[in-house]
Amino acid sequence: MKNTLRQVFHSPKFVAGFIIFVAVLMTLFIYPLFNPGNPLQMLALNSFSKPGTYVSVYDSIDTDSIVMKLPGAAEKRLEDKLSMDDRLAMKEWLVTAGVPEGDIDTTDTTNLLKIWKEKYDPSIKPAGMTIAKRNYYKRLTIDLDKALNSNEVTIATPNAETGALEEAKKINDTDYVNTKDVTNAITLPLGTDNFGRDVLKELVSAARTSIMIGFIAGIIATLIGLSTGLLAGYVGGMVDELILFITNLFTVIPGFIILILISYGIGQENRGATTVAITIGLTSWTWTTRSVRSQVISLRNRDHVNLSKLSGHSLPRIILSDILPYIASYVVMALILQISTAILAEAQLSMLGLGPKTTEVPTLGLMMNWAMVYSAHTHGYWWAYFPVLLIIALVSFSLNLMNTGLDQVFNPTLRD
Amino acid sequence: MKGYRKYFGKKIVWFILTLFIAFLLNFILPRMMPADPVANIMSKTARGMSDTNATKAMYDNYVKAFGLDKPMIVQFFTYIKNAVRGDFGVSFSQYPRKVTDIISSAILWTIGLQLPAIIVGWLIGNLLGALAAYMKKGFDKILMPISLFMSCVPAFGMAVIMLGIFALKLKVAPIAGGYGFDLIPNFSWTFVRSVIAHYQLPFWSIVIISVGGQAIGMRSMSIYELNADYVKYSRFLGVKDSKIVGYVFRNAMLPQVTGLALSIGTMIGGALVAEIIFSYPGLGTTMLSAVTSSDYPVLSATTLIITIMVLISSFTIDVIYGFIDPRVKAAQFD
Repeated sequence: MKNTLRQVFHSPKFVAGFIIFVAVLMTLFIYPLFNPGNPLQMLALNSFSKPGTYVSVYDSIDTDSIVMKLPGAAEKRLEDKLSMDDRLAMKEWLVTAGVPEGDIDTTDTTNLLKIWKEKYDPSIKPAGMTIAKRNYYKRLTIDLDKALNSNEVTIATPNAETGALEEAKKINDTDYVNTKDVTNAITLPLGTDNFGRDVLKELVSAARTSIMIGFIAGIIATLIGLSTGLLAGYVGGMVDELILFITNLFTVIPGFIILILISYGIGQENRGATTVAITIGLTSWTWTTRSVRSQVISLRNRDHVNLSKLSGHSLPRIILSDILPYIASYVVMALILQISTAILAEAQLSMLGLGPKTTEVPTLGLMMNWAMVYSAHTHGYWWAYFPVLLIIALVSFSLNLMNTGLDQVFNPTLRD
Repeated sequence: MKGYRKYFGKKIVWFILTLFIAFLLNFILPRMMPADPVANIMSKTARGMSDTNATKAMYDNYVKAFGLDKPMIVQFFTYIKNAVRGDFGVSFSQYPRKVTDIISSAILWTIGLQLPAIIVGWLIGNLLGALAAYMKKGFDKILMPISLFMSCVPAFGMAVIMLGIFALKLKVAPIAGGYGFDLIPNFSWTFVRSVIAHYQLPFWSIVIISVGGQAIGMRSMSIYELNADYVKYSRFLGVKDSKIVGYVFRNAMLPQVTGLALSIGTMIGGALVAEIIFSYPGLGTTMLSAVTSSDYPVLSATTLIITIMVLISSFTIDVIYGFIDPRVKAAQFD
């Protein structure tokens, strides 16, 4: 046993997979310690807020500010305000005013403004231009002037008695506050989802639930597969025929479809995470049965098994001490694969709207489902679905890597 | 021909048997659940009715109309009879559209998308796997982890990522649907071009997913065969390397063909979910809308059709296997 473990941990593939898996698992358990709270709590009223730090605008008014003169701050502000339509309109006017088209670069804000200041004259009336359009240019120029020579902004509060606005504070364009000083601020590293929940917190909780679903389903499937495989392989005869028949049947009839039928039958209200896990486990044991059966058949007539039989050992004892140790590695490998398939199965089921009920716990599949239902993928809200995919792929990759590593340890022919 | 007849006879009996069991499961599984479908319909139609006698009469009427008062076995054979005639009843959510109508408008899209994608993915995957096994150093080292990682990304995940890159960022492909939303299906050049444009992303996302898994399987098989005794013996005899490689890959292919027959159900399941991402007008999207609108007749018919499709394809692969496996071929000389 000790020797086998040492051998296993010498396989670089297994170790790499193991480290990734343990690292993911550790993160999932440690993160909630630093950031406790209900992962399903809705924080934002808007859906799909971008990742980043959000500070309270209200509180930042009261926060002590310092004056900073950052170079190019005004230009930056202007650049942000000046839309592409405005820039193109400016170019259009300048071209009609006789500036060569090659000189105007709409992406170079500073230069564009310089030419505009030199050339623009509200009194010129280019041919064919409507009054509305000419007024648009006038307004645009005023706006530009305002943005460049920034005035103060006055914060006013209404007087409780008269209702008149009274000046509370003046804010300059050079005032800065430290985000740490603002009383109310929240950092959302992955933004919020369609319900305005913190995606990262939700993701951590979802990944934990999904891995738990994987483990429950995997263990159930492996137990069923192991016992039927042992029975079929060791007892043989009619039992073998019957089990093999059922196994073949369920390999050909897609388990995914049976899963859909059962999940739909259970109904949305009764589908908890555990129920889904059990359902997945009950539909995915066929591969384990097959491989265990074929292993047991090859072991059945070995000398040590025959010796045990001659010594009058009972069936459970023979299976436990003479057969199981030889197929243990296969069973562990099958379990690892089952876990990763079960995580995927939950995700696929949830994408069809047949996952666990939505009010209790988030799962990776449900997060994916919500993101798709609210079309995060067509609007480019990557933070709502990409981290979920990454976790699914990472967990499944690490498990598969462990499996490949084990395969190479126990099947020397596969070694490079 | 006697060997073949026995092989195919066995396969056909097996096919019919699984088909029957599939019908049975499709019939029995939803009926094993505690929910009462008639009560479900009643809760919608009889809302606001206070006369209990009338409600009871309505309930009995529904039970009679659906044939629920007959014994289970009679219901089952009525179900099979109707299913064979292609009559799956009327959709709940798109009343009075026939379920057969909904399914038949979706099924061609699914077959047209998945059949070529799975075959192409299988071919490319096997080619890469064989290359990885043969070249070993370098090629194997890079390709192996990549294909392992690729095979771990779920099909719908690859679909979302491809959608993000090609449809949203690069804007070289349309975002959703099977054809332009402003078109009506016909055989004009614009329509065909639109279909081809919409086909690319779903197709390649399914291909890329199946490549990874197949490459890994083929690689293991090829390595196993390359180490087999007959290879060593042939080398010892001085048989040309290219000839040995030919034999090795032929032998390694056989388990891959069986593997395809066994895993085709899983692959189709994954690809169905990928369809949803692209709102491709196939069976996957039909299934999703059936689930969200609790349209039981459509869901049940979709699962049955998909099961039949999977059974037919694995049967076809079994038949092809019979022709290419020398052991089956040898059996006919017995």
